Order: sequence, then structure tokens, then C-alpha cells
Amino acid sequence: MSPQPDKTAPLFWLLFAGGGTASAMLLPAMVFVTGVAVPAGWVAEDDLVSLIGNPLTRLVVVGLVFLFLFHWAHRFRYALVDLGFGRLGKQAWLFYGTALAGTILAGLAALRL
Amino acid sequence: MGVPERTVLEVYRYLPDEESEPRFQSYEITYRDSWVVLDALDHIKAEIDPTLSFRWSCRMGVCGSCGMSVNGEPKLTCETFIRDYDTETIRVEPLSHFPVIRDLVINMEDFMEKLSTVSPWLIPAEDKPLEAGEYLQTPAQVARYKRFSMCINCMLCYSACPVYGLNSMFTGPAALALAERYNLDSRDNGKKERANVVTAHEGIWECTYVGECTQVCPKDVDPAGAIQMLKLSYALDWAKSLVLPGRGR
Amino acid sequence: MTRELTHPLPRSWWLKRPAYFRFVIRELTSVAVFAYTLLLIWALWSAADAGSFSVFYDFLRSPLSVWSHVVVLVLALYHTGTWIALTPKVMVLWREDEPVDPNLIVGATGMLFVLVSVGVVWLVLG
Repeated sequence: MSPQPDKTAPLFWLLFAGGGTASAMLLPAMVFVTGVAVPAGWVAEDDLVSLIGNPLTRLVVVGLVFLFLFHWAHRFRYALVDLGFGRLGKQAWLFYGTALAGTILAGLAALRL
Repeated sequence: MGVPERTVLEVYRYLPDEESEPRFQSYEITYRDSWVVLDALDHIKAEIDPTLSFRWSCRMGVCGSCGMSVNGEPKLTCETFIRDYDTETIRVEPLSHFPVIRDLVINMEDFMEKLSTVSPWLIPAEDKPLEAGEYLQTPAQVARYKRFSMCINCMLCYSACPVYGLNSMFTGPAALALAERYNLDSRDNGKKERANVVTAHEGIWECTYVGECTQVCPKDVDPAGAIQMLKLSYALDWAKSLVLPGRGR
Repeated sequence: MTRELTHPLPRSWWLKRPAYFRFVIRELTSVAVFAYTLLLIWALWSAADAGSFSVFYDFLRSPLSVWSHVVVLVLALYHTGTWIALTPKVMVLWREDEPVDPNLIVGATGMLFVLVSVGVVWLVLG
């Protein structure tokens, strides 16, 4: 059989790249906020509640969850293949499905408020 | 010339007609400052052990025949100086990830086949009659693909690529870099034609950017970069085809 | 027809060269991204009522959370560093017949990262 273009790869690669860029730019600062600033007491509980309660924040966070998860799904799946767990890594639906489920979960959470 | 010095070459030996398993054979040699690993192999073959087999041709880093693994690194042995190694022995093995025919000689058929699958030639939009003259190009247009055209098919990049080592179906660094070399050529219109092979699952999408192909390339071709450019370019084409379905095929 | 020898890649191939090892760490930073996403989803769910938000807020202040954050931060910074370093490979810009210096693209992306980071922290703390 002659080779055929992989129909889904461009979509998942673009999501991987988008999520990679978003996490590269934003993740360290976000980790700093929840991992250093909050435990250090620089952010009061009320301030954090109103930040997360803000509709714009929630929209942005859902978008980031979407991108981060699809970044993870793609990269981790191929890492498994490279590490010799090809059988598992080739179950694409497992990883992209998890990413989609997580995004839906985040979306529902964001709408609940 | 420098003072002659002594070292030991541990050479991978496989003689399929006599032995079923490969082994390492040590050769103690006296070398001069100007010697490369290939000189030492020549010396061994001429003076110590005529049964040793290896490939070579130009001795000047152009033909790409003498690629071997030296202390675990894929190298052109004609430009790998013995004096640069301070290890007690120097281990010379055939390039990794290829079937070994005999001693340091590998079977390169798979690579040759892959090279031709990416249509590494100009596919112009329309063939001009001979009288119409050359397909002209400006220096700026040449600059776009020049780097990717320097490949000498030495296969060091395949030897450095674990993705190819794990799955020999992967089209691999040099062949994909060559595809991008023609895609970037202003005289070429074959990007769509190459898509079947290049954007197949075993094409660019299999690459996870380990990046070692670029590190070991003796001609500074940067196959890893070429594959990233291919991914972006074909992914954007795909996205455009969603927005403008009428365009292209 | 003589028998050709093949040497299948051992599963431990990535321990053979420092560059291979760094590659695997780079790819596994995605696990840190995944872990942090779980925290984000929890944050969204917990914001619904004050009680569950307190549980979330208290968790953030627990030693388990702080140490996990340290690990994630190290991996996230490694991801950022490697991602920025690879930017000029994907984004190849040309100025006339000269390629734009890759270091310039790395520098600009790095600057952007610093600005964005300061912006995020300022937005929350400021």
C-alpha cells in the first residue's frame, strides 16, 4: 500500500504546538502564583476566590486546560512510543480522549458558577 | 608530522561465512598526528589483517561512504582525528540502526529506497521546452534551500536517530530534509506531490525532535530543523484547506 | 546470500547519550503540564461554594502542594527553556536573502516570556 497523508496528525500537532507555546509562556508564572505566592500568604483567600470567580478568568483557564491537555496527550503519547511502550502509545484515542474529557470537565466547572 | 604514538583500535568484526556472532578485535597501532580513523583502518588492512572490511572512497568528507560509529558517535572516519581521542582504546563499529553485512559494512538499501520516495528532484509547475532556457533563480531564492541541499547521504543522521532505530519504517532525517530542500526551491511545485510520503504517519509526524541528527551532520544540514519546517508548513496548509476548501486538491 | 546482523535498539537507549537523556526529560515535562491541569480543573470546580474553595485553598498551603509545585516549576522552566530554544527551528524568518539570526528569535521569545510572567504575577498580586 502506498503511503497516505495522516489525516488527523496536523490537527493534533497544531494543538500540541499551541499548548506547548501557551504552557512555555504561562506555566512557570502560574506555578509561582499557586505554589509560592499563595502558601507565602501574598494572596488572600477572598482575592483568589474573586479571581477564579471572574468569568473572563474562567474562560481563559478553560482554554488553557484545553491547550495544556492536548499538549500533554500528544507529547506523552509519543514519549511512550520512544521509550519502547509503542503498543500503549499507539492508542491515540486514550490520550486525546482523556484530553477532551478533561476539557469538558473544566468547561462544566466553569459554567456551574 | 609530530611524534608517532601508540593506541588500540577495538574494531567490530562480523564474518558471516565463518562466525555467527560479532566480536571485537583489538589492533595496536602506531599513528601519526595527522592520522584519521580511516588511515588507521587502512593501515590495519594493509599491514596487520587483510580480512577487515569497510567502505571508503574520497577521503575528504564529500562522498559520505566512510560513516562509522567511533566511541559510540556516528562519524565520518575520514575527518575524525585519532589525536582528538584521549581514551585508552578507540572503539570502531558499523553505523547503528542498519543491518550489518560484514565487519564495518552496513546495508544501506533501506535508506536509498527512502531517498527516492520523497521525489528529490525538481517538479516544475509546467515543463518548459528546452528552447525556453533555464529555470532562473536569484541568490535570495537559492539561500532559502541551500543549507538543506548540502547532504552527502552519509547516513550519520539515521544512525543518531532513535526514532529510526525503533521503527525503521520512519522516512528519516536525510530524506525528509531533502523533501524540504525541494519544497523550498522557487523552481519547484511538487509540495503537494510529496505530501503523500512526507505527511504520512511514518513521515514527519513520527519525528519527536530528538535533534541528534542535526548535531552529528558533518555538512551542517540541520535535518531536525527541516522536519519542523515541514510540520509547520503542511499543518498550515491543512488549516488553510479547512477555511478555504476550494483551494488545492 | 549471507546473513545480515541487526541490533535492535535496547529500551535503555536514552541512557546512552546525555542528549538522549535530556530529550526524554524534555518530553516528560508534559507530565508536569498534565498534573498542573488537574489543579486548574479542581480550582474551577472548587470556586462554586466557599466550603469547597477553603479545602482547595488549604491544600495549596500544605507541604505536599508546595513540594509538588517545586517539582512542577523545575520541569515547567525546563520546558520553557527548551521550547524557546527550538522556536527559531520552527519559525524561520527571512530578511531579504539573509535568515534572521536564530539568537535574535530566541532572545525575543525569551523577552516575551519574562514580560508575560511579570504580567501574570502582577495581575494576581498587584
